[in-house]
Amino acid sequence: MRFPGKRAGDEIAVLENVNADVSRGEFVCIVGPSGCGKSTLLNIVAGFLKATSGEVTVEGQPVQHPDPRRIFVFQENGVFPWLNVHENVGFGLRRETHNERQHIIARYIDMVGLGGFEAAYPHELSGGMRQRVEIARALAANPDIIYMDEPFGALDFLTRLKMRTDLVRIWQSEKKTILFVTHDIEEAVQLADRILVMTARPATVQDVVDIDLPRPRHLDSAGYLEKRDRIFQLMGMSLRVGETAVA
Amino acid sequence: MNSPGAEAVVEQRSTSATPRPRRIGDPDSLLGRIVRPVGMAAFFLTAWGLAVRWSGSDLFPTPGNVASGIVELIQKGLLLKYIVASVFRVSWGFTLAVALGVPLGLVLGWYSRAFQAFNPFIQILRPISPIAWIPVAILWFGVSDAAPIFLIFLASVFPITVATIAAVQNMQLVYLRAAQNFGLSTSELFRQVILRACLPQIITGIRIALGVAWLVVVAAEMIAVNSGLGYLIIDARNAGKRYDLVVAGMVMIGLIGLVLDLLVRQLEKFDEVRWGYIGRRK
Repeated sequence: MRFPGKRAGDEIAVLENVNADVSRGEFVCIVGPSGCGKSTLLNIVAGFLKATSGEVTVEGQPVQHPDPRRIFVFQENGVFPWLNVHENVGFGLRRETHNERQHIIARYIDMVGLGGFEAAYPHELSGGMRQRVEIARALAANPDIIYMDEPFGALDFLTRLKMRTDLVRIWQSEKKTILFVTHDIEEAVQLADRILVMTARPATVQDVVDIDLPRPRHLDSAGYLEKRDRIFQLMGMSLRVGETAVA
Repeated sequence: MNSPGAEAVVEQRSTSATPRPRRIGDPDSLLGRIVRPVGMAAFFLTAWGLAVRWSGSDLFPTPGNVASGIVELIQKGLLLKYIVASVFRVSWGFTLAVALGVPLGLVLGWYSRAFQAFNPFIQILRPISPIAWIPVAILWFGVSDAAPIFLIFLASVFPITVATIAAVQNMQLVYLRAAQNFGLSTSELFRQVILRACLPQIITGIRIALGVAWLVVVAAEMIAVNSGLGYLIIDARNAGKRYDLVVAGMVMIGLIGLVLDLLVRQLEKFDEVRWGYIGRRK
């Protein structure tokens, strides 16, 4: 998948000259400061927004509009509140036979650890559980690519750690291509094969950092800390809490 | 497989399942739901009766007069007949309003060009009281059930349409995007996503409209019909200053209005819409 040079937005240039390639099966994170346009970028790539110039192609085909082969996971409220967990997860499976549907739904509900909650409605679940439903729904549709827009952003710290672990485990077994937007540098280093580091608005890809660390990633390992510090530096963040930003 | 039990926060499904201790005076206890309103009613009725006695009015009825008026209507077989007539007209007018208002609201809420074309028209018609429509109703429908049904329809269709339009226009974009992502056709989108996402607000609009419809029945039945609770009130006053029957009619209208509202509120309990009413009070 490639998305060569694009701008988006009329009066405000949100993105400028963004060029990147993503390979099949990769886990790529996009990090950048708040408001830099990373979500806009992901929405363009997914086909929800149109870039003012440039194009997105997936396997050589240009992307015109959203497609079930590329499912988007939202930060919150992505699950449909009028359907229970079972019905939400099965939403993309309308074309399957009844038995196949039940089988697939059960498999992914189990995979995200929500066994027993099939009849529950989203408003009865915690935020983390709702995100699990959304992930299960995305996986059940068997897409080629999953786009994730700060999916753990609304969750508490501990839940986020847990969700990352589960996501890596699922990614390793399902082997999907994942494009994951986050503002959390540590999260990106914990999850990604490669990280696209964006500048502030109008955003462009400042640098691409390869994270060639083995999984499971150790938060204390020298390699992890080195990569994390590199990105901190690229983004002008100081490692000393309370110090003003490095120029 | 990790179970999310530690992080599960399953909200209480109903207050009867709550494990917290029930104190006397709890809003949800029997005391709260029945004794308080009944107590208030008893107090009100007493105050009413006393006020009539003290004022020395010989026209305004006491609660006792009203009660015997109701009994009289039952004995003459009129009470049930009038109630049925009013409910019949409201049902028809209201059902037509829902059948037209909801689809119209969905379409106008979704297609902005249609909204631009039709909305001014709606906003001009809406403030015209149904009472002002009476001469036109008689002209168009003559002296028949159709005329009050038309008036009730008019009174109900605007709140329903406006509420539906607002629901669609204020719909969360996330639901639309997620649904488009899964490749839904436009008709599937309307039926499976837009309608369902807007249903809680639509039901609220229906609830308000039903209240308006029932309120209008008095005005609607002022047109030369000869049955119904509204007719009872007008006729009782005109034919013999029977204010006990006037107030009896008012009481019946109020009670039935309460019952209708309670019935509509039952709709809010369905799982498919319950999520839309989550707030401070479960």
